[in-house]
Amino acid sequence: MLQIDHLAKTFEGGRDAEPVHAVDDVSFQVEEGQLYTLLGPSGCGKTTTLRSIAGLEQPDQGTIRLGDWVLFSRGQGASVNVPANQRGLGMVFQSYAIWPHMRVFDNVAFPLQVRRRSERPSKREIREKVMRVLATMELDHLADRQATKLSGGQQQRLALARAMVTEPSLMLLDEPLSNLDAKLRESLRFELKRLQRDLGITSVYVTHDQIEALALSSMVAVMCDGKIIQLGKPREIYEQPNCRFVAEFIGTSNFIEGVVRGREGGHIAVETTEGRLLVDHAGDVPAGTEVVVSIRPEAVAVAEGPGGVSSPNEWNGEILTRAFLGDSVDHIVGVGKYEIRNRANPSVSIEPGTMVRVRMDPAKLALVPLEG
Amino acid sequence: MTSVTAPQLPETPEAPETRPAARRRRMAGLATTVRSLLQAQTLVVLVVVVVVGYLAAVPLYYLLWGTFFDAQGFTLDAFGRAFGAAGIDRMVVNSLTFSIGAAIVSLVTGTVLAYLNVRTDVPFKALFFAASMIPLIIPGILYTIAWIFLASPDIGLLNAALRPIFGRDVLDVFSIPGMIWVEGLHLSPLVFLLMVAAFRSMDPALEESALMSGASRWKVFRLVTVPLVRPAIVASVLIMIVRSLESFEVPALLGLQNGIYVFTSRIYFTLRSYPVDLGAAGALATGLLALAVAGVFLSNRVGRGTRSYQTVTGRGFRPRPIPLGRLRPVMGLLILLYFAGTVVLPLAVLLWASVLRFYQAPSRQALASLTLENYRELLEANIAGTALRNSLLLGFGAATAVMALMAVAGWLVVRSRVPGRQLVDQLSFLPLVVPGLVLGLSLSFVYLRSPIPIYGTLFILLIAYCTRYLPYGMRYAVTSLHQISTELEESAHASGAKWWPTFRRVLLPLMAPGLLAGWVYIFVVSFRELSSSILLYSPGNEVLSILIFEQFENGQFTVLAALGVVMVLTLVVLVTIAYKLGAKVGLQER
Repeated sequence: MLQIDHLAKTFEGGRDAEPVHAVDDVSFQVEEGQLYTLLGPSGCGKTTTLRSIAGLEQPDQGTIRLGDWVLFSRGQGASVNVPANQRGLGMVFQSYAIWPHMRVFDNVAFPLQVRRRSERPSKREIREKVMRVLATMELDHLADRQATKLSGGQQQRLALARAMVTEPSLMLLDEPLSNLDAKLRESLRFELKRLQRDLGITSVYVTHDQIEALALSSMVAVMCDGKIIQLGKPREIYEQPNCRFVAEFIGTSNFIEGVVRGREGGHIAVETTEGRLLVDHAGDVPAGTEVVVSIRPEAVAVAEGPGGVSSPNEWNGEILTRAFLGDSVDHIVGVGKYEIRNRANPSVSIEPGTMVRVRMDPAKLALVPLEG
Repeated sequence: MTSVTAPQLPETPEAPETRPAARRRRMAGLATTVRSLLQAQTLVVLVVVVVVGYLAAVPLYYLLWGTFFDAQGFTLDAFGRAFGAAGIDRMVVNSLTFSIGAAIVSLVTGTVLAYLNVRTDVPFKALFFAASMIPLIIPGILYTIAWIFLASPDIGLLNAALRPIFGRDVLDVFSIPGMIWVEGLHLSPLVFLLMVAAFRSMDPALEESALMSGASRWKVFRLVTVPLVRPAIVASVLIMIVRSLESFEVPALLGLQNGIYVFTSRIYFTLRSYPVDLGAAGALATGLLALAVAGVFLSNRVGRGTRSYQTVTGRGFRPRPIPLGRLRPVMGLLILLYFAGTVVLPLAVLLWASVLRFYQAPSRQALASLTLENYRELLEANIAGTALRNSLLLGFGAATAVMALMAVAGWLVVRSRVPGRQLVDQLSFLPLVVPGLVLGLSLSFVYLRSPIPIYGTLFILLIAYCTRYLPYGMRYAVTSLHQISTELEESAHASGAKWWPTFRRVLLPLMAPGLLAGWVYIFVVSFRELSSSILLYSPGNEVLSILIFEQFENGQFTVLAALGVVMVLTLVVLVTIAYKLGAKVGLQER
């Protein structure tokens, strides 16, 4: 439904600074009804991409298409740039951008009231539409209140209501939850997910919060230095990161270096300094390739027991430290030169100094190419 | 460890005291009080309170007393004489037309320029801030005279240039529209700076979200941008009205010629006519003061309303400047015209006049007669050197005295728990509402009656300048104190330092940059002061601006222009130093 092709945007640096490639040849496609997340650290180009879709930023190159409608095109054929106010998209800003000189009702009614006279609904229709959206957001009882008199969470819902009142075909959300405190953020995250699914609004969502991205998205594009480096469903991104950056940025990971020995049964065998690892991997990796194997702490199983002979995916180790985190317990297990982090149910708690067996399920291990 | 405590004698809680003991205690208490009074802190604080109170309150007291009382007691006669005079209704109408007109001219130009500069991709952005320095660099009196050179009916260069097109002199600077134009243009950089601050503090997402809602650029501007900066606009208008009401140079130089009076020029006229009616002048001054107080009070109330408009702001995404598209060259041309009108033309015409013996339009003949004779005359005439020295001396004295006083007063207001510190704060800001001419008049009320023989000396000018610039000194001192953590002071106390060592060795060095910036600013504004000085100077004690005023009255236009060039150059140097010190001087002005 939304198609981005070869989008590029460079910002001139200062007098001495190098120009910054904020967005560097980005292409992706958002299907109808999806919540598509651009995830990455600050400065990765996700916001510039979103603002280019909105029309608030003018890319240097690329095409942005909404269905059959070309919103922006430059570099191939005729240049097109539909102004932001004619794209008919809904947008929620990080600061909410609630107009402080208007009441709650006027904030939401604004997008309807500024339409051209021929397209403008009647006063009564506007009132009905606005009140309906406010009711969805549970703000209808505050309609006459001054917008600045709302709490953070209410302002956030007001910003959503304003973006939705015109029933846009595409909704753009720029870190909408980042200004809220942790508790509120969590509850609004679920509310946002429910709304998006119930109303089926296609959305592009920008965030630097990996948990938000995993919880909300149908698709996640991880961005770094202006490029999309991995694209996939939340579970794929989490369990099969395709590079060290993604594995580190999304959650915590253990990394074990090794050399591929070849196929062994359904797995790829990797020789490491501490023993062999069998890894589930669809592709073919030639023997002799240096790789990094990553595994999430919660996929590492630790069992007390006498150390037998190390077998593939089952190594001997010693608990070095443990930390109680409330909903889980982390153990750091020393295995040779590695310190492997395990995350376990809080009922499991092993004294430091205990010898243990570390088991790693081949399905939970991911091969990450070694970065040059 | 065992220790035996002697059985305590049950003390009667209300043991009757012997009389001598009670007296001894009282005496001891008194001694402590006296000792604490003699402590450095208390002494310094007392001195500061008394001086600030004296500077700020006494002149106003004398003004009101001299206006409302005569030998017979309370009377309103002075008001009757002042406001019963012929043509007074025209004077009030003129005052209001002039000040409101100038405020509107400055508001429209200043706001449009600020918006273009902050939000759009308008060309020549560097020129904006150069233009915004103009009120500091070209004093009002020179600015007004420059416009006389440009647009007076007989000698105006612009008129000469336009004569072939229209067949007559179309511009007349000696009229109310002319006065409005000159004052409005001179004030516009001030509005520009105020509005730039307002536009910058606005979250650009507020405009972007309106754009995303489908509103056109014009609707965004009308429905979102303007309402959001409305408090700043209203406050600016009020401040500019007050400023124009207080302005003396423009009405005196442009209005008196054709008998157009406003409050300030009327006061001046009353004092210059014979016999001098001090009461009537005081009544006019009181009227002007009341208007100024009302304006400042209103603008402060509006300013307070601004805070409720502050919302959550995200990380400031630097907004993309709005492309002006086809309008860009048009706007560029307008900027150039504005820059030419406010900066280039006035300065060029002063320079031009300064190298002529007789003022005339540029021609081959005029070019042939170019001379540095005027500058030579300045060097030879003692009076110019004396005036320059006086101006520098007074600037130095006023800046030093005010900043020294305000360093302590600022501490008193910001940090101390001394009762009555709010009063010090309010007293320090009181001169802000007193027009320069009114202050001059009030001081002459004081020192004509006072036994202190300073009337007619430089000292009375020093007092006038110190009083006028107390508020600026206070603002600089308070700002720099706010940037110093209380803990730095507390840790000095914890290390055992008393108040004075703490103040001298910890606070003063840390405040130094702010105090220095304030010092330079006060030096600059003192250097060009006219409206208080005009009523207080005496022959032989001229300062630069007064000398220029005298030369104008004597018709020595070309010598005056040379003196003006010298003055502008001196100010350029001073203002450059101020900027090098990192003080955003222009932004600090009211």
